[in-house]
Amino acid sequence: MAELIIEGLRAGVDGKEILKGIDLTIRSGEVHAVMGPNGSGKSTLSHVIMGRPGYEILGGSITLDGADVLAMETWERAQAGLFLALQYPTEVPGVSVHDVVTAALTAGGRDASTVTALLEREAARINFDPRFLVRDINVDLSGGEKKRNETMQLGALEPRIAILDELDSGLDVDALRDCARRVEAATNEAGLGVLAITHYTRLLQELKPDVVHILAQGEVKATGGPELADELEAHGYAGYVEVEEQAPPAPDPFADPFGPGPFAV
Amino acid sequence: MWRYSRIADLDLERFQPAGPEASDVAADPGVAAVAQEIDAVVVTMVDGSPSIPALPQEWVARGVVLAQAADLAEEAAGLGSVAVDAPDVFATMNDAFTAAPVVVSVPRGVTLDRPILVHHRLVTPGVAVFPRLVVQLGEGAQATVIDHVSSSSAAGAVLSVPLTELSVERGARLGYLSFQDLAADAWQVGSLVARISQEANLSAGLIGLGGEYARMRTDCAMAGRGANGDLYAGYFGEGDQTLDFRTFQHHDAPDTTSNLLFKGAVGGRSRSVYTGLIRVDKAARGTNAFQTNRNVKLSDTAWAESVPNLEIETNDVRCSHASTVGPVDPEQRFYLESRGVPPTVADRLIVAGFFDEVVRQMPGGQPVVDAIGVRISEKLDRVEGDLR
Repeated sequence: MAELIIEGLRAGVDGKEILKGIDLTIRSGEVHAVMGPNGSGKSTLSHVIMGRPGYEILGGSITLDGADVLAMETWERAQAGLFLALQYPTEVPGVSVHDVVTAALTAGGRDASTVTALLEREAARINFDPRFLVRDINVDLSGGEKKRNETMQLGALEPRIAILDELDSGLDVDALRDCARRVEAATNEAGLGVLAITHYTRLLQELKPDVVHILAQGEVKATGGPELADELEAHGYAGYVEVEEQAPPAPDPFADPFGPGPFAV
Repeated sequence: MWRYSRIADLDLERFQPAGPEASDVAADPGVAAVAQEIDAVVVTMVDGSPSIPALPQEWVARGVVLAQAADLAEEAAGLGSVAVDAPDVFATMNDAFTAAPVVVSVPRGVTLDRPILVHHRLVTPGVAVFPRLVVQLGEGAQATVIDHVSSSSAAGAVLSVPLTELSVERGARLGYLSFQDLAADAWQVGSLVARISQEANLSAGLIGLGGEYARMRTDCAMAGRGANGDLYAGYFGEGDQTLDFRTFQHHDAPDTTSNLLFKGAVGGRSRSVYTGLIRVDKAARGTNAFQTNRNVKLSDTAWAESVPNLEIETNDVRCSHASTVGPVDPEQRFYLESRGVPPTVADRLIVAGFFDEVVRQMPGGQPVVDAIGVRISEKLDRVEGDLR
């Protein structure tokens, strides 16, 4: 049983506060969707959990089974059982996914002798072309192939909690289904806990969320069941975004200053 | 031309030309193993004196020449036929002091089915050598020639002043590799001069690993319509090394192409210099010429200079140059770390991968690529303290 607890998390970039106190708890086997409009802080949340350079932690805590995640280096967070599927997976010329998974398993004291078979099995599960296993990672891959690659690594590395940063962006319907089903299977087979960050509800057609959180302006504005996603589908984010006070409409320069008069239509 | 170089530190008094009889020494075992794997015909050059092997019967029958220039008629030897004007004072020194030039000549239409490996070993303390290699490919001929130079650590400070002339006639294809693996206190001031004729192709690779100061100047002329020259280099400095590369891509015929990609890493307090010039003459309409130099700085105290240049005298050309100097890409490092790869291991993978793009282009096949990979990996072991 794993438990990722985020409490009062505040973080920013260049002195600008983006996350203004986030509280979330994700346990093994649970799927949490964090939904929000552009600029709400979704990607910042995923990056801060994994320790991407360039963010300042302004307050709060993140723990995994009580261990202080914010005190760990990124690779230690991964070895502790966190996984981040990136929205834009990075190209690393001359390095294959085989190299990466081998190095990751070795660093964790796990058996890396069967990586080839492991990756071939995982690739087959999500229809990822096995020729890509020994090529330069993410180089010349389509959006869908990149997301399949991320999902395959998730399958191979067997994390305890996975953060999916817009797994549904930039990929076609087939790839989306393959990836979402693989993650869903991991929650059932291996008790994976999932924090799925997304803008749209289409990911959640395949990957059924237990809890939906709405993130806007750096805060969780609402938390509920899957019905919350349905409501968003119908009404959008408008109800959660504080609309800036609108200035009164500018006067019409062609309007009759004495009013429309008795003959107005 | 000598800006950023350490030529002022070169004390020629420290070195002596090799005596007439250099001691007979075993080949570098690593090189011998690769030579066997790629089934190379091996010329050994101990302290600059060559010993020429017996050639395969088929080669002899087809008129292939692999010989010391002294054993050939002057015209057949072709010394200076490519390097018409010595590119610099060291090439002039090579002219003056070269002990026993070696000539490879492949007649028209002949394809060498095995690579030729010239295995230079510098073994006598303080020795200075001036190796000269002339490679001539006749019309439509094909060959692969590899120069490998190493020095025993016991030899200490040695000086190598090689001059290599490559002549690639119409429609011929030459793969050439200069693999410089000298000891850390050796000096090299080398020159590679190539002339590529009509529809001919040269793929030339440089690997620069050793030397306190190791310089290689490349003058590559695309001299006939449709000539193509690909120039690749990988270099890796550590400690107090200075690795210095100067290139000229000279287009003086129409519809010619050249593609240069030099990639280097510097760790410790090492320095690298790259300066390059693409020159496109008036006659060279339809030229495509590219020049890219990328450098990874592995420590704050390392230093890489990169100065690409273009000089274009005609229209209707496509030319570009690019150069970068920077640390290991933090985005790439974060990506690998986010999978659970420790930063030092991540940096090693990224730097080895960075070189992969040029190393896989090196002539000689997979065993050569692997051998270079092993040496890069050993370099990474030694600079590991610099990695994050």
